[in-house]
Amino acid sequence: MSESLPPGDSASGLSIRASSAEGARRGRLEAAGVVKTFGANRAVDGVSFAAEAGRITGLIGPNGAGKTTLFNAIAGEYALDGGSVRLDGTEIGSLPPYRVFSNGLARTFQIPRPFAGMTVLENVMFVPERQAGERFWNSWIRPGTVAREERQNRERAREIIEFCGLLPVERQLAGSISGGQQKLVELARALMADPKVLLLDEPGAGVNPALLDTIVDRIVELNKRGLTFLIIEHNMDFIMSLCDHIVVMATGRVIAEGTPKEVIAQPQVIEAYLGGAVA
Amino acid sequence: MTGFAAYLVFFLIVALTYSIVVMGLNIQWGYTGLFNAGVVGFFAIGAYGTAILVGPDRAHLIGGFGLPFPLAVLGGMALCALAALIVGLATLRLREEYLAIATFGIAISIQLVALNFESLTGGAQGLVGLPRPLFGLFDSPAGYNLFYLGVVAVMAGLVYWALETAVRSPWGRLLKAVREDETAARSLGRNPARVRLEVFVLGCVLMGLAGGLYVGFIGYVSPLDFLPILTFQIWAMLIVGGSGNNRGAIVGAVGVWALWAMSGLAISRFLPVAYQSQGGAIQVILIGLLIVLTLIFRPRGLIGEAESVSKHAD
Repeated sequence: MSESLPPGDSASGLSIRASSAEGARRGRLEAAGVVKTFGANRAVDGVSFAAEAGRITGLIGPNGAGKTTLFNAIAGEYALDGGSVRLDGTEIGSLPPYRVFSNGLARTFQIPRPFAGMTVLENVMFVPERQAGERFWNSWIRPGTVAREERQNRERAREIIEFCGLLPVERQLAGSISGGQQKLVELARALMADPKVLLLDEPGAGVNPALLDTIVDRIVELNKRGLTFLIIEHNMDFIMSLCDHIVVMATGRVIAEGTPKEVIAQPQVIEAYLGGAVA
Repeated sequence: MTGFAAYLVFFLIVALTYSIVVMGLNIQWGYTGLFNAGVVGFFAIGAYGTAILVGPDRAHLIGGFGLPFPLAVLGGMALCALAALIVGLATLRLREEYLAIATFGIAISIQLVALNFESLTGGAQGLVGLPRPLFGLFDSPAGYNLFYLGVVAVMAGLVYWALETAVRSPWGRLLKAVREDETAARSLGRNPARVRLEVFVLGCVLMGLAGGLYVGFIGYVSPLDFLPILTFQIWAMLIVGGSGNNRGAIVGAVGVWALWAMSGLAISRFLPVAYQSQGGAIQVILIGLLIVLTLIFRPRGLIGEAESVSKHAD
């Protein structure tokens, strides 16, 4: 955590890189012919789409369409059985999750996975990579370096925690806060990495309306600063108001793609949602 | 020294030696969630490694290098590291109870090797007559024991300091994150397999250190010192003391060893002679009971873990 970050929005004091500071927009995610099978079941069956840099792309489809499987395949949690995934032109489809993350892609989980036995603050402080203090001998031979990094790390973690509205619970164990707050902890952790692309798996599910507004608000704010989003969500109001571009999946395939208005008018989308599987 | 004081010194030497083993298990289980049920195996490797390196040359035995004691202990620890690396690479992909079964089996195998590889380990007799470090400088065994208690206490203190310093930092946070949710840790740029291997080896090296200190004190090794029950005694110490806390590890080691010693004393004092040989089983039952009661009534142990891991996040 020794790199210095350009100052961000002074109102929140949050240092997320703004796209203007970077020049060209970064964070274009492209999937080409992605296949993931479980035995005979082709859960993801040749999916191709692109999440353009600096946009919010929605991924929708009925339950069992393969959205979360696709997420896991993109994030490296599942090895691909075919196809490729590129992030700004770099192939990430064959990398393990921790290397995908290092390449600038962060994700959250459908069911939140906070480190339940750790405080919210430490959940977020955990994130930066290459912390000197993660090598056990550095606490013996370079305690000053570890302490200094931790101070910087903590300061930045607290900014992000504040941005996510979690300051009141920063000292609580992440396992003891509400499900909606846990989703915000996941968002905070992802932001701590300063990613190029953020994959959110149902950020609104099971979240109370007030907290949902906070989440939507934060996504819009971050997107303004150039962060690319790919979001799975069932809440149609949420998706329609937030997304620039929508990809619709059913039975492992992409069945429609376009702006919210275009997509919602397509008969195969209505059929996928209302009339059983398209096949 | 009175008989009681002499016994107390003896008792503390053994208890503090075990406290080092418990601290090794604590970073594995308490911090990282690695279910190592083969503790005694690594304690044995450290002990036999030290014994083989420190022992005098004997015609019928391989080894007997006659190294100075500190070097021999380091050698035993290195051997432990190598064994843990091999075992770790083979088993650390296994989860919880599967890892426990695998490591338990490995510990049994290690004990069987010790029992049967006679030309290296002395078989059932073990290796006897090993030199005890600086023994010649003391007039009485009691004085020597007091000195050795100092050695063991300093080593336990050093291990405590080293672990506590390392754990109350981002390293401890990394271990705990792997324990809490490996998938999440992986999604945040960490390689849990590497972390698990590192911690497994480090913990086993500490068990090896304790094995070496044990040999230096008693002056011999025998396969009877490395029965599976020791693994469960060590586990009881960790659970009673409070896993995830190094102070708890030490408190648990001394407390549980005291209970073990006192129950042994009570059995020999009060049980009719005819039942003495069965009396040992009562102690084993007590250990099991202690683990179960702690888990039911005080699952966090006597001293639970702190909420913040890194001292910098307090």
